[in-house]
Amino acid sequence: MGRELQQPQKEEASYTVEQLVALNPYNPDILPDLENYVNEQVSSQIYSLDANLCLLRHYQFEPDRMSIQIVSHILIKALMAMPAPDFSLCLFLIPERVQTEEPFKTLIVLSHYLETGRFRQFWDEAAKSRRLLEAVPGFEQAIQAYGVHVLSLTYQKVPRAVLAEVINIEGPSLDKFIEHHVAKSGWALDKGQLIVISKNEFNHPELKKSGGDIIPMENITRIFPILG
Amino acid sequence: MSSSYDYDEADGHGQMQLSQQDVAYDPNFVPDYVKSFVVHLYRYIREKNVYEIHQMYETSFHALSDRYFKETPWPSVDAVAHYVDNDHVFCLLYREMWFRHLFARLSPTLKQRIDSWDNYCSLFGVVLHGVVNMQLPNQWLWDMVDEFVYQFQSFCQYRAKMKNKTEQEIALLGQYDKAWNVYGVLNYLQALVEKSAIIQILDREKEGLEQFTANDGYDYDGGSNVLKVLGYFSMVGLLRVHCLLGDYQTALKCLQPIDTSQQGVYFIVIGSHIATIYHYGFACLMLRRYVDAIREFNKILLHIYMIKQYHQKSSQYEQILKKNEQMYALLAICLSLCPQVNLVDETVNSQLREKYGEKMARMQKFDEEAFAIYDELFSYACPKFITPSAPSFDEPLVNYNQDAYRLQLKLFLYEVKQQQLLSGIRTFLKVYSSISLAKLANYMDVDEPTLRTILLTYKHKTRAVDSDRKIISNADIDFYIEDDMIRVVESKPVKRYGDIFLRQIIKLEGVMNNLDSIKLE
Repeated sequence: MGRELQQPQKEEASYTVEQLVALNPYNPDILPDLENYVNEQVSSQIYSLDANLCLLRHYQFEPDRMSIQIVSHILIKALMAMPAPDFSLCLFLIPERVQTEEPFKTLIVLSHYLETGRFRQFWDEAAKSRRLLEAVPGFEQAIQAYGVHVLSLTYQKVPRAVLAEVINIEGPSLDKFIEHHVAKSGWALDKGQLIVISKNEFNHPELKKSGGDIIPMENITRIFPILG
Repeated sequence: MSSSYDYDEADGHGQMQLSQQDVAYDPNFVPDYVKSFVVHLYRYIREKNVYEIHQMYETSFHALSDRYFKETPWPSVDAVAHYVDNDHVFCLLYREMWFRHLFARLSPTLKQRIDSWDNYCSLFGVVLHGVVNMQLPNQWLWDMVDEFVYQFQSFCQYRAKMKNKTEQEIALLGQYDKAWNVYGVLNYLQALVEKSAIIQILDREKEGLEQFTANDGYDYDGGSNVLKVLGYFSMVGLLRVHCLLGDYQTALKCLQPIDTSQQGVYFIVIGSHIATIYHYGFACLMLRRYVDAIREFNKILLHIYMIKQYHQKSSQYEQILKKNEQMYALLAICLSLCPQVNLVDETVNSQLREKYGEKMARMQKFDEEAFAIYDELFSYACPKFITPSAPSFDEPLVNYNQDAYRLQLKLFLYEVKQQQLLSGIRTFLKVYSSISLAKLANYMDVDEPTLRTILLTYKHKTRAVDSDRKIISNADIDFYIEDDMIRVVESKPVKRYGDIFLRQIIKLEGVMNNLDSIKLE
């Protein structure tokens, strides 16, 4: 269920940027590298929250150097990282008056719909901003993955119509989508209308590992001298 | 906007507005008690007598300040230098204390702020070069980092109030644009962390190859603790600066080498302990990791409750109390957004009920009045956010020192509002073990599709993403939907027998060791 951070592809530039962010983040000269890295994240479908926060901080320190396009790409990538709260984390670093302008106003509305489970309104609004969102490949799939994630937290069996609305797919494409997950993710069809989502600890409470009485190894090693 | 947010020189700093001409002050006059103070302090530092240094630093300095320097600064460093062999490093240390006293009791001028920055640059420069050979008390080293970040915060707020600045002040600001520059501040803290290799030291300590924490950070091999401990406290400094900037993710990352579930060097100095947990908890609150925040606030509030009587005479007592109250406010916020029954100790809980019981009841209604209370508590308890960028000297001069706070408050309240309908769901989940979607929609006066979105929201908002990007549940009461029925799942508190047994085993071993060591005649 966890959305994993994608590892950067093995290219010299991106590897160096990650190092820069880790070792030399407070250096104003790395700003162009960070901006290039955002473009690379967009084109190569990778993602780095730390690098993007670093860039947003630099924009905060030197507002004249801020690029609206780069920031909007960062925010779109952050939306794609849901359910992680990355979008809010980015907003904390963007000045208020910038947030009242486009495209940020629209992006904030989109985030609001996703945060409150209003997928139908989300897809309606997203359709109006197609040009903005299509600039970032993988956007649709990422949001669909988030939708599936929330559904699987909530439902043991989800009605087909609900699934369709959440992932914005209908008809034969929806059949294909479901088939794919039946094959890959352990879904099953029930009475043709309900889709059984893969079992997890959130929709099947009996699967929840009893977190109560697990003792970490370090604690046991502390008493080895006594036992031994 | 809540008026309880005051971002002028609060926290017990700089209440006096007297200019130095009002009270006769001769920077070159060195009374005997000052001469005695610096001579003794200098000697103890040379002798590496940490205990005596600590006494002088913690007690004598404040006693003398209270008695003789309530309204004026201490004598200038130039006047005392010849009593201490003009020792370069001692003079830097004296100056640091001099400025700290000025900021605490008086209102510093712009020039003094800039001079203080220069002093820190020199002091940290000397430390980073590795030429400082002293052992200083942890309290002092913590105070240095704490004060450094405080003066940075204070400068940003001062600089952002452009409206009433004189021409000279504006000229000076333009001329000394490097002073308290955010890059400079961050880079010094980062340099201290790196040069001290403190992260590697802590790593090696886990494998038993270092004795840093066991020695309270002191060096018993004839070396100096200054760089190491400054590096350690600088991690807390970075945590704090990033919180002031609104970057909570990076703030927690900076603190990662310190394990707050264990005692460590951060724990030794009460000021550092409180600052660490306060900012850690606040960052978790903004990251929606409510359970983590509640756990940490609970621990430290209990700790303060137990030990505050021992600090009554300390110069930091008021600060401790203030932070205590702020953390209760934050705990009230966290528990209203994420109700938990078993995470709060009884003592802390009863204090919380006393201070905020009524407000918490109102906050959980999520109506307009509730939002006003969230606003009030947040504004009271939040850090003094800053705008790190330099002002534009061309535009008409305005005060923009509130901007950063306004943004954080706005986004926080936005999050609270998104959670508005969740408390309604909780109320029903507590009462029913299962209920149909249709019935619940009816009770909540919404249609079924709307109810479905509310249920999805509940599931999403009661999950947090921890530092490993894993999703964990915050919900004390949960559900799943099967066909058209909502089935309620209540998480039962699990008694941690393992912990109890471990503790008793260790305790018994201790008792047996004590018995063994008793020699009978």
